[in-house]
Amino acid sequence: MSEAKVGVFVCHCGSNIAGFLDLPALVEYTQQLPNVAFVQDNLYTCADAGRAQIAKAIAEQDLNRVVVASCTPRTHEPLFRSTCQQAGLNPYLFEFVNIRDQCSWVHMQEREQATEKAKDLIRMGVARAVFLEPGEEIEVDVVPAALVVGAGLAGLTAALSLANRGLEVKLVEREPTMGGLLRSKHRLYPTGEGARSWIAAKIEAAKKHPNIEVFTEAEVRAVRGFVGNYEVVVEQGGREFGFSVGAVIVATGAKVFEPIGQYGYDGSKVVTQAEFEKSLVDQHGELDPGVHSIVMIQCVGSRNEERPYCSRICCMTAVKNALFIKEANPEVGVYVIYRDMLTLGAVYEALYREARGRGVIFLQYSPDAPPTVGDGQVTVYDELLGQTLTVPSDLVVLASPLVGQDGAADLAQMLKVPVDEHGFFLEAHVKLRPLDFATDGMYLCGCAHWPSDVGETVAQAHGAAARAAILLGAGAVAVEPIVSVVDENACIGCGLCETVCPYKAIVLKDTEVGRKASTIAASCKGCGVCGAGCPEQAITMQHYSNQQLLAQIDALAEMAG
Amino acid sequence: MTAQGQFEPRILGFLCNWCSYAGADLAGVSRFQYPPTIRIIRVMCSGRVDPAFVVRGFSRGADGVMVLGCHPGDCHYATGNYYAQNRIKALTRLLELAGILPERLMLDWVSAGEGKRFATLVTDFTERIRALGPLGQSEGLSNDELQQRLAAASRVAHSQQIRWLIGRKRDMLDKGDVYSQPVDPEAFEALLEETLSTEYLKSRLLELATDRALSVKEMAGAVGVAPRVVLPQVAALEQAGLISMVGIEGRSPKYMRGE
Repeated sequence: MSEAKVGVFVCHCGSNIAGFLDLPALVEYTQQLPNVAFVQDNLYTCADAGRAQIAKAIAEQDLNRVVVASCTPRTHEPLFRSTCQQAGLNPYLFEFVNIRDQCSWVHMQEREQATEKAKDLIRMGVARAVFLEPGEEIEVDVVPAALVVGAGLAGLTAALSLANRGLEVKLVEREPTMGGLLRSKHRLYPTGEGARSWIAAKIEAAKKHPNIEVFTEAEVRAVRGFVGNYEVVVEQGGREFGFSVGAVIVATGAKVFEPIGQYGYDGSKVVTQAEFEKSLVDQHGELDPGVHSIVMIQCVGSRNEERPYCSRICCMTAVKNALFIKEANPEVGVYVIYRDMLTLGAVYEALYREARGRGVIFLQYSPDAPPTVGDGQVTVYDELLGQTLTVPSDLVVLASPLVGQDGAADLAQMLKVPVDEHGFFLEAHVKLRPLDFATDGMYLCGCAHWPSDVGETVAQAHGAAARAAILLGAGAVAVEPIVSVVDENACIGCGLCETVCPYKAIVLKDTEVGRKASTIAASCKGCGVCGAGCPEQAITMQHYSNQQLLAQIDALAEMAG
Repeated sequence: MTAQGQFEPRILGFLCNWCSYAGADLAGVSRFQYPPTIRIIRVMCSGRVDPAFVVRGFSRGADGVMVLGCHPGDCHYATGNYYAQNRIKALTRLLELAGILPERLMLDWVSAGEGKRFATLVTDFTERIRALGPLGQSEGLSNDELQQRLAAASRVAHSQQIRWLIGRKRDMLDKGDVYSQPVDPEAFEALLEETLSTEYLKSRLLELATDRALSVKEMAGAVGVAPRVVLPQVAALEQAGLISMVGIEGRSPKYMRGE
């Protein structure tokens, strides 16, 4: 290829980057870098307008390398590669420089130094880009089966959705019984049908489905491999089962926070909303005798410093249960002491109004003056009335949030996907890929992701299944051509590469010039262990070549000193 | 250095795509703040990091180098981080032989979910390097001396013998040597140590004799070891055709690097 003409596109990402780095200085600096023929900054490089600019510049400026300095390659590299491809530039002549996730977002108070860092990263990226070479993607077969981890509502729905498309599903549940949180729920809002029978029907359907193999009291022990070809080990009753799947769906749910030490929580007179509902299930909708007044306290253990998030489902759960109590026992007093009522949408808001119409009393408290639970009564300063009220209570029900599932971090580590600081799994991109993990072939849905109610969970589960089905139905998937390349002239046929390769993807072969290492491209996964250790440095990696990496390292030298 | 003249470490990071790079991204998404000292190079696996890359990083101005991979047992490529561990361990010893503080090199593990851990590791490593000062300072090495030693270390990192030994370590300990005889881990480490120090000494001598002709005694003085230790290595270098005798001063033959 002729001399490198690099175009660099520096993204503002709205204010995510431009708010913390000196963009004009960065652009000016980039313009004078060697081999850089064109520099442009965009409000959002990933938007249609930004990508159109890239295509335009490739055509008009005759660019033969494109560098985007923006968010992270883990979410946006595929998009920009396809932009290049559409503009007639081989997608492997594209290089990503991460100046958001690894720069502007982590140095928010150090504008000057963060800008210097971004300059260095762009310089290093451009240096690498100069040595990029065109690549052709490699097609690998996809195993038309999925692993679904967790058989609560999300997992059951996703499993059934996939199985009904004719795909094989392995459904793994840690508990002896499927159904998750819904097994101990009483009614479902907004329709009011019984939760238990509703989930039981799904459990039955999964058990009977010829395409679903259920493992209960089982745990996933290992998941290895790549998009389309994951090797899974599941342990059940001391026995290990191994199988291959093309995709993995995480539907491990969440658990209810135990508000120990809050509002006199004791599990009998002061209970969680989940425990209260469980008692309704167990007692066929009957309240304990002697309960004439129930006080529900919202946001117990959430929206505070430790757990700043809103658990999202508690307000509607309170409305649902309050309505049920009023329907079954109109004489029982129900008080909901809340910070903010979150009853989104037309239907939920109507239920909230209905509850008020039926005599449920809603009292607003401020976190500065939380209610106090006394013997048979609860006292609260009502923000709206501006006065302290005391209401009778035979039972206090605490809305404690959903928190990350036990073992979520371990599973995340096994799958190499992220969880946030609260133990919820983190999607690849909140708007662009809300049901995908950044790792190809892995998806998520339900409360494992974030507290979500039944309707949302079902929608997410169908969505995750649809995402997985796109991959599983395709039969084959294109993977990056990051494979080892042997320089036969330098190779002495020692065979060390063959020894260290975990995939048997490089083997010695007899050639006219003696025994030489030879790559099996379809088996090579691109780790580079062979290249980094070759005694003769006869092996390099396509797209991560010694030359490219050394150029990137060397460009560190000009770092602002 | 900042405008105020305070030393700001320059740290080069090699992060594997699947775990540690994702962990670094998670630190960003979570807005965990850490010092703007690290420059990250993405590789597919920590097993891709050739020790020679790390030496190159030091010679190009890095005051510290971090290599971060998946936790043991979680490598996306099954065993890549295991090889990374063997290589970095040997490289650490090599840096030590070259008089460079081994604390300047760090290998650790960060999973995709450990954004906080990543931020903490960079913060702590930055503090460590900040305390050590610029590369060469706490080592008491001039820039010329430092670069010469790094050149020698780079030569060792590229050497066939060393790369072969490190690469074969796993197999030799697990399956035995070429005669299927089990290899004692301690014996292996002793062999590696001996080979590293010999190779490093030879490389240093070669670097020394690049610009000027030196006697064995002069070489011994420059590297700070006894002439009797240097002599056999000079002989080995001469035998390999890497240096040759270019003259005699008094009774001492003088050697210089060949063409």
